[in-house]
Amino acid sequence: MKFNMPAIAGLTFLICAIAVSTYAQEEPKLYKEFSAEVELNNRFFFEDGSFEGQERNYFSIAFQPEVYLEWNEGYTSFKFTGFGRIDQHDSRRTHFDIRELYWQKVKGNTEISIGFKKIFWGKTESVHLVDIINQTDQVESFDGEDKLGEAMIHLSQFTNIGTFDFFVLPYFRKRVFPGPEGRFRTPIVLDGDEFEFEGDEDEFRPSFAFRWSHYIGVFDIGVSHFYGTGREPIIADFSTFEAIYGVINQTGIDLQATTGPWLWKAETIIRRNDFQDLFAFAGGVEYTFGNIGGKGLDIGILGEYLFDDRDELALSSLQNDIFTGMRFAFNDIKDTQILTGAIFDLERSSRIYSLEADRRIGNSWSVEAVARVFDNISSDEFLTVFQYDSFLEFAITKYF
Amino acid sequence: MRNLIVIILGMLLHAGLLAQSAEQKGLQIAKEADKADQGFESTVANLTMILKNKQGQETTRELVNQTLELTEDGDKSLIVFNTPRDVKGTATLTFTHKETPDDQWLFLPAIKRVKRISSDNKSGPFVGSEFAYEDLSSQEVEKYTYKFLRDEKLNGADTYVVERYPTDPKSGYKKQIVWWNKDNYRQEKIEYYDRKGALLKTLTYDEYRLYLDKHWRAGKFEMVNHQSNKSTTLIFEDYEFKTGLSEKDFTQNALIRAGR
Repeated sequence: MKFNMPAIAGLTFLICAIAVSTYAQEEPKLYKEFSAEVELNNRFFFEDGSFEGQERNYFSIAFQPEVYLEWNEGYTSFKFTGFGRIDQHDSRRTHFDIRELYWQKVKGNTEISIGFKKIFWGKTESVHLVDIINQTDQVESFDGEDKLGEAMIHLSQFTNIGTFDFFVLPYFRKRVFPGPEGRFRTPIVLDGDEFEFEGDEDEFRPSFAFRWSHYIGVFDIGVSHFYGTGREPIIADFSTFEAIYGVINQTGIDLQATTGPWLWKAETIIRRNDFQDLFAFAGGVEYTFGNIGGKGLDIGILGEYLFDDRDELALSSLQNDIFTGMRFAFNDIKDTQILTGAIFDLERSSRIYSLEADRRIGNSWSVEAVARVFDNISSDEFLTVFQYDSFLEFAITKYF
Repeated sequence: MRNLIVIILGMLLHAGLLAQSAEQKGLQIAKEADKADQGFESTVANLTMILKNKQGQETTRELVNQTLELTEDGDKSLIVFNTPRDVKGTATLTFTHKETPDDQWLFLPAIKRVKRISSDNKSGPFVGSEFAYEDLSSQEVEKYTYKFLRDEKLNGADTYVVERYPTDPKSGYKKQIVWWNKDNYRQEKIEYYDRKGALLKTLTYDEYRLYLDKHWRAGKFEMVNHQSNKSTTLIFEDYEFKTGLSEKDFTQNALIRAGR
């Protein structure tokens, strides 16, 4: 993964300078916390890959160091989270990132942060449509839940009529795609760095975002708008995988109603730019059977409908699909959890099945198993390039 | 003559007390107990949870609990996990309500996500412990109906023994029996009876300390499950009162910050 080194170094210096100068002026009682995680991971693919150079088994090591400092009775803080993975085969999956590096100050109901942060927006489980602040870490996982740290000035104001968040995002980070030896790649190895920006723009074109979020009784609602360089490259042509980063306007709404054991969730976005307009929707329910038989087991049943009007141009391939899932939480001392899911395409034969299970071992270890199976993938959608990428992954993590 | 009036008044008062039904007396004791602890404003405490299984093997969890006292509505609380390390930073924000279901949010630090969660499953175990969510939530007077049972001496202390019945049909209990200390209205013991009416758990309070000359807080809670033979001990340390916390420290932003 490539960094713009002068920009990163400059920003790091700036954040440290702010942190040090505010620390000098404020309550000097300092709270320090250092921690780290190391993960050993093995991904085994059930079939040979579609393309030359792909392997069957990928071993990797990931590490995540963290530093957290706070002073001023906890109202000023500094946070750093680094991340790195070394992959046995895929040179692009061997990557390093600053997930978080920010200074934050809170005064009354106002919060300001400067630096690299991770922001999550949204309600649904199977896709995260409104979540747009951070670039996706595409080489880390297929599900899009891993994100790169994004440089920002973030102002958050809590009021009686909701929370107002304002973002200035001065630097854009391109998405990185798997290398020639990697799985989940396209026939032509995509070089994310080569994707151009719209017009004369570059990484330093700032983006802006706003969000209002509130809760009223059983409802939690968010309304957001993003103006700037879209995080998702726009694929112009699937035969050459020619793509461009366009300037977009995206408005999103996310809503959840929590009524007893039922959670009702919906997200929708409208995205506009010069090349491609987009409307997408996800909505559904989650029902939880709690404490079954008094044994502490919770079983949640999930169902969501997914729509994306880009049809076959959707990178997600979720243009008219149904997601169903089951969540098992054992509520035991090892926090054992299992999440199973399936995505069914309503117009094509494609199915994706998934399983995620994890539990703790002792006090400072955890194990995780992940499986994803691509079944009967239709040859007329983007997903077809992943049709042989069904895999089973085991990971063990030590926490320091 | 004056003596006679005193005697008659005394008899009338006594008759009045006798006339009070067991239900009224139970409710009165609960209200007195609630009043006795009013005015703490806010507390912060470090909490260690020791879970023991049938074989006596132990697992420990450490959390920080912040509570904001509200009188018109139920209290607000923020709980953050410090250990085990894999759940470090996981935090919950709860707005208790006297009559409607509580509002609750969960923060997942790995993906920085705040999720509204259902507070419906109150009978379920809190993080694998013998404490159910409802055992740990704010004990508002309105959440039960009451019946006074008897006076009793418990470990040398004079206590009121009161039965209480959860008003919420989703509670995991048919009833609870509470031992309230007559001197200071602190709880000394609670027995929990399951929906079938069988004794499920016993909670005993220990190592009480008095804060700000008014507020009694136990340093140790011991919950024993008689049906599974498992137990959980809660140890509260570094109690701080009137910490200056206010509503602004119990928002979703505060929840994210607590999870770091």
